[in-house]
Amino acid sequence: MQDKKKMSNYLIPDFTLSPRIDKVGVEERVARFQTRSIKSESKMQALKMALNMIDLTTLEGKDTPNKVRQMCYKAMHLHDVYDGLPTVAAVCVYPSMVGVAKKEVINSTVKVASVSTAFPSGQAPLEVKLIDTKFAVEEGADEIDMVISRGKFLSGEYNFVFDEIAAVKEACGKARLKVILETGELVTLDNVRKASDIAMYAGADFIKTSTGKIQPAATMQVTYTMLEAIRDFNDATGIQIGMKPAGGISNSKLALHNLVMVKEVLGNDWLTNEWFRFGASSLANDVLMQILKAETGVYQSSNYFSID
Amino acid sequence: MAKKIKEINWDYAPSLESTSHIEVKEKYELFIDGKFVKPSSGNYFNTVNPATNEVLSSIAYANEKDVDNAVKAARKAYNEVWSKLSGKERGKYIYRIARLMQERARELAVIETLDAGKTIRESRDIDIPLACNHFFYYAGWADKLEYAFPNRKVESLGVAGQIIPWNFPLLMAAWKIAPALAAGNTVVLKPAETTSLTAMKLAEIIRDSGLPAGVVNIVTGYGDTGAAIVNHEDINKVAFTGSTAVGKIIQKAIAGTGKKATLELGGKSANIIMDDAPIDQAVEGIINGIFFNQGHVCCAGSRLFVQEGVADVVIKKLKRRMDSLIIGNPLDKNTDVGAINSKEQLDTINKYIKIGINEGAEMYQASCEIPKNGYFCPPTIFTGVAQSSTIAQEEIFGPVLTIQTFRTVDEVIQKANNSPFGLAAGVWSDKGSRVFNLTSKLNAGVVWANTYNKFDPASPFGGFKESGYGREGGMHGLSAYVKLK
Repeated sequence: MQDKKKMSNYLIPDFTLSPRIDKVGVEERVARFQTRSIKSESKMQALKMALNMIDLTTLEGKDTPNKVRQMCYKAMHLHDVYDGLPTVAAVCVYPSMVGVAKKEVINSTVKVASVSTAFPSGQAPLEVKLIDTKFAVEEGADEIDMVISRGKFLSGEYNFVFDEIAAVKEACGKARLKVILETGELVTLDNVRKASDIAMYAGADFIKTSTGKIQPAATMQVTYTMLEAIRDFNDATGIQIGMKPAGGISNSKLALHNLVMVKEVLGNDWLTNEWFRFGASSLANDVLMQILKAETGVYQSSNYFSID
Repeated sequence: MAKKIKEINWDYAPSLESTSHIEVKEKYELFIDGKFVKPSSGNYFNTVNPATNEVLSSIAYANEKDVDNAVKAARKAYNEVWSKLSGKERGKYIYRIARLMQERARELAVIETLDAGKTIRESRDIDIPLACNHFFYYAGWADKLEYAFPNRKVESLGVAGQIIPWNFPLLMAAWKIAPALAAGNTVVLKPAETTSLTAMKLAEIIRDSGLPAGVVNIVTGYGDTGAAIVNHEDINKVAFTGSTAVGKIIQKAIAGTGKKATLELGGKSANIIMDDAPIDQAVEGIINGIFFNQGHVCCAGSRLFVQEGVADVVIKKLKRRMDSLIIGNPLDKNTDVGAINSKEQLDTINKYIKIGINEGAEMYQASCEIPKNGYFCPPTIFTGVAQSSTIAQEEIFGPVLTIQTFRTVDEVIQKANNSPFGLAAGVWSDKGSRVFNLTSKLNAGVVWANTYNKFDPASPFGGFKESGYGREGGMHGLSAYVKLK
């Protein structure tokens, strides 16, 4: 775990002066990652790595304990007919389901992440958000995925957003905090960069693109912008922050492009599930399908892959 | 913490563009009067792949007699066919050439990469599509010349002698040939001696297109072949892209002859990073500005000016980004920086690198691996450079960047303009007013804002001062090939 004592050794910058982002330039850079070709033997390992980075997610009003139990089983047993597969990194559920999930995965390496702070809108008073967070942590959540107050951000109240994140971080205790920017509502890459900086300086352990409820979500442009912010923060403070693109990464190809991007922008240090996650529900089966295809030479139909 | 998966080898797979579908003949002849003919001297010279040093083919060496034949063929075609054809008919031929080039784009890209050492990524995505687009663009003007020059009577010039460089072989051929044909001229073109292959492929395409014999003639050879074209008395117009030294020779040679000329010469273009620039994108722009095509770009952003407030962070990020560049086989789709075009050019570049070190500038070279065979030069930057440093004054034409810092806008305008060249410039700032202020005060033919090395057939290109005169591309490119009455 990161030594957060270092936090006091640097100044909080003026977020209105966050670096500007040129969208056209970002698009050009991102296009380059998409044309890289990885060695085929490495591709297999990279696909397994991608599996191991997934936060398997169910965030529905109709979630029930049974649905969550089934997903937890899947998280630990991705495709038992094929040996040597990792588990996913975590399951991601609403606070009310944390207790159920924790019980299921307790003896595995799979973590339980919980969304909180009045997810997905974040439209609740701070007290409610803190209670929400504390409840999830008490139920056994290892990780908290909070949402920022986009309304406050867009009206320029950066201090409010900063303080709120810092307060939630405190409420997290030992749980790692992922801060969801909901980039689809922030609209511009300038805003994405600014929100990333605010989140990291306020104490985020991870920054995360989206709730999955708003489109567009984790586009490569947005993820790239956030990765650059993480690198600059690392340069300035020496602290490593994780990245979680969530929403929209539904196939292996896109996942591999993301890994190539992480590798080229941040380097190998970020290529573990401690520092990089995919928030996705349908990605796992596509990756499994590709792994089986690489192994057997043929695509198996989706009926051969469980849909928990 | 979850356990770390065993270290993955992230090296990219060699992803070589296939060369099996291309045909490179052992020998290429001269293309005169619609036919491939042997050089009268019987001499040939080799063209090599600069990435491997392998001989690709031998190329006919044209002498004065061959050039005379080519000019005669061009004159005959001009008098008897081409000048009599309507603009609409000329346009049809030019369109046909463009389409045939497009159909064979992949082949042309691979040959360009083999012959010139440039990466397949660039020849496939930039050189060849742009070359095709130039033909398409000027085909459209062929029957609309009176709209390009309203209220004027537009006449063609006659025979154009065109000499092109080795940095963008096919693209430069397109820049020269397309507007000349559209305006109703005939052409004698000489490609550079190290990169004749795509020009000869273009000759095959032109023959296949059914363009009347003699309208385009392509003669290959060295500087003396070029001199024979420039000095030929029946040439009406000289178009040259290349070094300033040769440009001056041409200028002298044609003085008093009445030959029209456009010269697109060297550059030492300023790329200016203001303190409010989008830094990460600016770093990409610096990379693209100087390492695109191994720095063999007349408008390369070879003088970097960084405002002092952001200099440290820009240089730090630039070095880091340089280390991630992949240098190697130009045919590999993952390669970012390819081979230096020739041994001579590599020697020149290395000479300047030595001068830079001797002048006391601090050098940094990308830490990437360099192939053992062929001609390669790692991306190189020099910090601690002054206006008076040789490496900041002379064109190096390679992947070598000089970096200077500045404090105020006025200072950078002065420094940027304090150069015998004036071809291009780049400005990086988030503030529109700053961008417009700078772009209007920089003495350069092309100024890019928040990007670099972007080209389009509709946009004119050319320089001031020792960077030459005349404009190519766009409507302006037509005026170099017409007489207005």
